[in-house]
Amino acid sequence: MAKLILSMDGLVLKEITLTKERTTIGRKPHNDIQIDNLAVSGEHAVIVTILQDSFLEDLGSTNGTVVNGQAVKKHFLQSNDVIELGKYKLKYVNEVPAGQAKTADFEKTMVLRPGAVKLAAPPAPAASAAVHDAAPARNFGDTLVNQGGGAAGGATPKLATTGQLNAAALQLLSGANAGKELELTKPLTTLGKPGVQVAVITRRPQGYFITHVEGASFPVVNGKLLDAQAHSLNDHDVIELAGVKMEFFLKT
Amino acid sequence: MAVMDLSGVLEIASCTDSGMVRSHNEDSIASDEGKGLVVLADGMGGYNAGEVASGMATTVLVTEIQQLLEQQEPFQLDEQTGQPFAQRLLREQIAKANTSIYQAAQSQPQYAGMGTTLVVALFYDNRTTVAHIGDSRLYRLRGDEFRQITKDHSLLQEQIDSGMITPQQAKLSQNKNLVTRALGIDPTVEAEIHEYETLPDDIYLLCSDGLCDMVSDEDMGMALQTLGANLRLCAQQLVQMANDNGGRDNVSVILVRVRKGYSAPRGPLSRFLGWFK
Repeated sequence: MAKLILSMDGLVLKEITLTKERTTIGRKPHNDIQIDNLAVSGEHAVIVTILQDSFLEDLGSTNGTVVNGQAVKKHFLQSNDVIELGKYKLKYVNEVPAGQAKTADFEKTMVLRPGAVKLAAPPAPAASAAVHDAAPARNFGDTLVNQGGGAAGGATPKLATTGQLNAAALQLLSGANAGKELELTKPLTTLGKPGVQVAVITRRPQGYFITHVEGASFPVVNGKLLDAQAHSLNDHDVIELAGVKMEFFLKT
Repeated sequence: MAVMDLSGVLEIASCTDSGMVRSHNEDSIASDEGKGLVVLADGMGGYNAGEVASGMATTVLVTEIQQLLEQQEPFQLDEQTGQPFAQRLLREQIAKANTSIYQAAQSQPQYAGMGTTLVVALFYDNRTTVAHIGDSRLYRLRGDEFRQITKDHSLLQEQIDSGMITPQQAKLSQNKNLVTRALGIDPTVEAEIHEYETLPDDIYLLCSDGLCDMVSDEDMGMALQTLGANLRLCAQQLVQMANDNGGRDNVSVILVRVRKGYSAPRGPLSRFLGWFK
C-alpha cells in the first residue's frame, strides 16, 4: 500500500496511507490531508489511487504543485517522488516488498471484474479500432560486415542487464574491409550475406555467443566448425564466415 | 470436402518456457500448419489450475476447429452473418472452450476461479482471422515495420485509451497484471475478432505477456528482423531474451511466416488448376 510522508524542513510530521480512491490535499479542514499554511490553496491537489498506481492532480491552486522540482498539472506518481506545497514536502513511497515470497504471486495475472475498480475517467468503449500504434517501428539497421561495418544508426536497444558486461568488438582480418572494427553494441548483430551465410552474435548477461542463422555452411571459430548450437565467444577468438576472417575481442 | 493444405505456405515455429522464477508453465500453445491454425493461451489460477485452463483452451479449439474445417471452407460466406465462416467458427469454438473451462471450474473445487487469456489466428485465402481475449498478443513484422495488432483487454490499456496515462507511463505501472477479460471466468465471454490481409514474407508473432513485459517492442522487432531467416532460432532467441531480462513469468512464442500467397481456389477451373500448384 502506497503512503505519503509529510515533512517540513526535514522534520517528519505525519504518515498517510493512501487507502481512498481520492485523497484531497488543501488548506481547508475538509481535506483528507489538511495543511494549514497560506501558501496552500483551500483545495490544492488530489491524489487518485487505482489499485497500485497513484496519480497526482493539481486542482488549479494559486501557487501550483511541484514534483521533484518541476511544476505539474497531472503526474503519475513513482516511488520516492517528492511533492512540494509551499514549505511542506510530501514524499510518495510505494515499494513492492522485494525478496518476499509473495512477490511472485503478486505479479500473477488476475482478472479484473467490471465494477471492481472505478476508473477516474470512464473507460473507452471496447476497442473500436483494432490496430493501434505500438512503439514506432524503426529501421533496425542490421550491421552487415560485408556492407562496410560500423554500427548503423537506428534503434538504441535498452537491455536492463548489460550492467557488468564488457564492451566487445570485431576486427575484420581479411576481405575488402580488412582492418575495420565493428562494435557489438546491440543485443543482436548479424554477420554475413543474407541468402548465402548468416550468423548472429548475441550479447547476453553471461557474455557473447555466436549462432548459425542461415546458409548451408556453418561458421568456423578458431579453425573449428560450429554446429547449430550457440557457441560462447572468448577474447581473441577468430571467426571465419562467408569467406571473411574476423577477430572477436573484449574492450577494456 | 478437402480443405486447402497450407503446409507449404506457412512456416510455424514455437517455443515455451516456464521462465526464471515460476516453477511450472501455465502457458499452452498449439498449432496446425496444414490448417493454418495457431493458438496460444496463458492460464491463471491457483496450484495447477492455470495449466488446466490454458490446456483445455488449446485442446478444445484445435480439435474442434480441425474437425469443422473438414466440413466447410473458412472463406465461404456464412448465410446468417454474411461474414466468412472463419469468424463464426472462431467465435463459436471460443464460446465452447469458455463453457468447458467455466463448468470445470464450477464443478471441481480445486479448479475454482481458473481462467486463461487467449490469442488465436486462422490463416486462409491470403488473410488471417485473429481472435483474442485478455493480454496475450499478436504482432506483425511487415518489411521494416513491427507493430502490435491486438489490443489488450487490461486495466492498463483502458487507462491508456481514456487518456489517463501514456503508453510510456504504462511501462512504469504497478498494475501490469490485471486483465479485464478472460476465458472461463464467466458463463459467457466475448472474444475480439478481426480479419487482416496477409502478404508474402509477413512474420506473425503470438506471445504471452511473459515476453512483452520483459522485452521491449524494439528488441522483439529486431530479433524478428535479424533472425527471421531461421524461425526456430528466432523463437528460442525471444524466449532467451525474456529470461535474460529476468524471466519473471512463463514465456511463450509462436512465429508464423507467410512464404507465398495462398488465395483460396473458388471456381471449378481455379480449383482444378489448384491441383497442379
